[in-house]
Amino acid sequence: MLQKEQLLNAYRTMRTIRQFEERVTVEFEQGGIPGFVHVYDGQEAVATGACMHLTKDDYVGSTHRGHGHCIAKGCDIKGMMAEIMGRATGLCRGKGGSMHIADIDQGMLGANAIVGGAPPLAIGAALSAKTLGTNNVSLSFTGDGGSNQGTVFESMNLAVVLQLPAIFMYENNGYGEHTGAAYAVGCGDIAGRAEAFGMPALRVDGLDFFAVYAAMQEAVERARSGGGPTAIEASAVRFNGHFIGDPQLYRGEGELERLRRDSDCLKIFTKRVISEKLLKKSQLNAIDREVATLIDSAVEEGFAAPFPAESELLTDVYSNY
Amino acid sequence: MSIKTIREAINETLHSEMRRDSTVVVIGEDVAGGAGADGIDDAAGGVFGVTKGLVGEFGRERVIDTPISEAGFIGMAAGAACTGLRPVVELMFFDFIGVCFDQVYNQMAKFRYMFGGKTDTPIVVRAMVGAGMRAAAQHSNMLHPLVASVPGLKVVMPSNAYDAKGLLLTAIRDNDPVIFLEHKTLYDTSCEVPDEDYLIPFGQAAFTREGSDITIVSMSSMVLRCNEVADKLAAEGIYADVIDLRTVSPIDEGAVLESVEVSGRLVIVDEANERCSMASEISSIVAEKAFHSLRAPIAKVAAPHSPVPFAPSLEDIYVPTVARIEAAVRATLEA
Repeated sequence: MLQKEQLLNAYRTMRTIRQFEERVTVEFEQGGIPGFVHVYDGQEAVATGACMHLTKDDYVGSTHRGHGHCIAKGCDIKGMMAEIMGRATGLCRGKGGSMHIADIDQGMLGANAIVGGAPPLAIGAALSAKTLGTNNVSLSFTGDGGSNQGTVFESMNLAVVLQLPAIFMYENNGYGEHTGAAYAVGCGDIAGRAEAFGMPALRVDGLDFFAVYAAMQEAVERARSGGGPTAIEASAVRFNGHFIGDPQLYRGEGELERLRRDSDCLKIFTKRVISEKLLKKSQLNAIDREVATLIDSAVEEGFAAPFPAESELLTDVYSNY
Repeated sequence: MSIKTIREAINETLHSEMRRDSTVVVIGEDVAGGAGADGIDDAAGGVFGVTKGLVGEFGRERVIDTPISEAGFIGMAAGAACTGLRPVVELMFFDFIGVCFDQVYNQMAKFRYMFGGKTDTPIVVRAMVGAGMRAAAQHSNMLHPLVASVPGLKVVMPSNAYDAKGLLLTAIRDNDPVIFLEHKTLYDTSCEVPDEDYLIPFGQAAFTREGSDITIVSMSSMVLRCNEVADKLAAEGIYADVIDLRTVSPIDEGAVLESVEVSGRLVIVDEANERCSMASEISSIVAEKAFHSLRAPIAKVAAPHSPVPFAPSLEDIYVPTVARIEAAVRATLEA
């Protein structure tokens, strides 16, 4: 049973992701953020429900749509915003950007701009945990699009063969770039594929924080007790296009409005915690204000920070030259 | 000090490094062999026996046989490298880089830079290169130029057992991804190898022959052929510097330029396909930085622009021969 403090934390994380992504979208559209940006709003319950079970020393491998995973794993919000803006004060000193935000010190192995990129790296972290006997676990996030990559299949097989403390989280938001999962996932059943590799697989409603949290609890317990990998397929929705600026011509008429109205994981969470009297509206409002202030100052400080100096071009290519 | 083959030198170095550092693990297909089968353990020890005996001493927790999934296990090793292990991962034939290049080029090579210098990626990718064993088009390539062009990777190509040991020690203790390329025709070649540990720094070429009449630059198995040509010329009173680059990333530009500044004549011998090869790269460096020292056009001896053929009659002329190298050297001396 989740304690009140945990629920407040869950709400804070989900709200932070939502506000962060909405603000990133605005700043991008106004020209303040360069590059390619893929936002995560709509899927907050998955990252939050999953990462709440992890300690700082557990690992997460992420996707090109990685901001939410970073926030849920505990990455610094100001460092993230500055990174997305390409500033020297960013988590990666401005050299990674939105698609490569990482913070190894927080167990965050990076957003990854190669679809299907996270699972091999995440099982590597799981191998480290197993070999070094740390009892840490490693979680990879993959979308429905990424679930079709060979690296993902290979990683699942390796995790079973080597009995690694790995968790494969599949966020099925219905679209891989501009193509429907209904078309691209041939068997239509990502969890079923994982089962075929020889690991338990759970199917959850990714709009339901509580369902994700429960599934992840089972997976983490199995991993920490030496029981090997688990897969979770969470059905989710994408509130935006593949990238900011995507005209989303593949959407049906009224689809986005419907999703935002009926499939908003934050609204679903709020409704439940209020109706079951787990939290008070005033508590949530206080968090909203706190988050808004944090995001405002992250943006403000980000814009005030310098871009990396020219001398940074050739630093950190190698460790010793 | 004793006479050891390259195979023995690498095998002993892996043993001693795994003894010294418990975070060193060996990962790959058949690095032990025999898992899930009724025969003996350590049934393979690598396809050419280079990792033989490791599993007996260190167990399967540290000598990890993988399924045939190069993208999966090379990527796994990359992830392990930034989370506390120092994997020495074997890709077997370097031609298989094609199925896992993303893990090498987009992932491990870029972690340090993309993550703002916050991570080390201490991984060694060992693989076999080169023609000469009738292994045909998909098991014989010299693809070092492919990785030498990638920022973030270091690329090592030993030509003898002494260098193999010193360079492998450096590679395992290095905090960046190192591609360690072993020429399959050299495994049984031997020389004196000290028993104690010694590190050979990357980017420091070796002069395997010395002379001021001409400069011959090479690496890996081609060094042996260059030495042969140099010895033949020496009998005629013509002396060549033979420079074994040892690492093709970083490149010891200084050694090459200093030699050319004296000799004024340069032949580069590379088993890679000539286009975009190390031969082209060294040629370009010298043309830019020592043009006025040159007394003859630069000559390149490399593989032609074709896949590696199977038929012995064709493979034997695909790989730069001693005769071709000698002809190029003589032509350059006379030019």
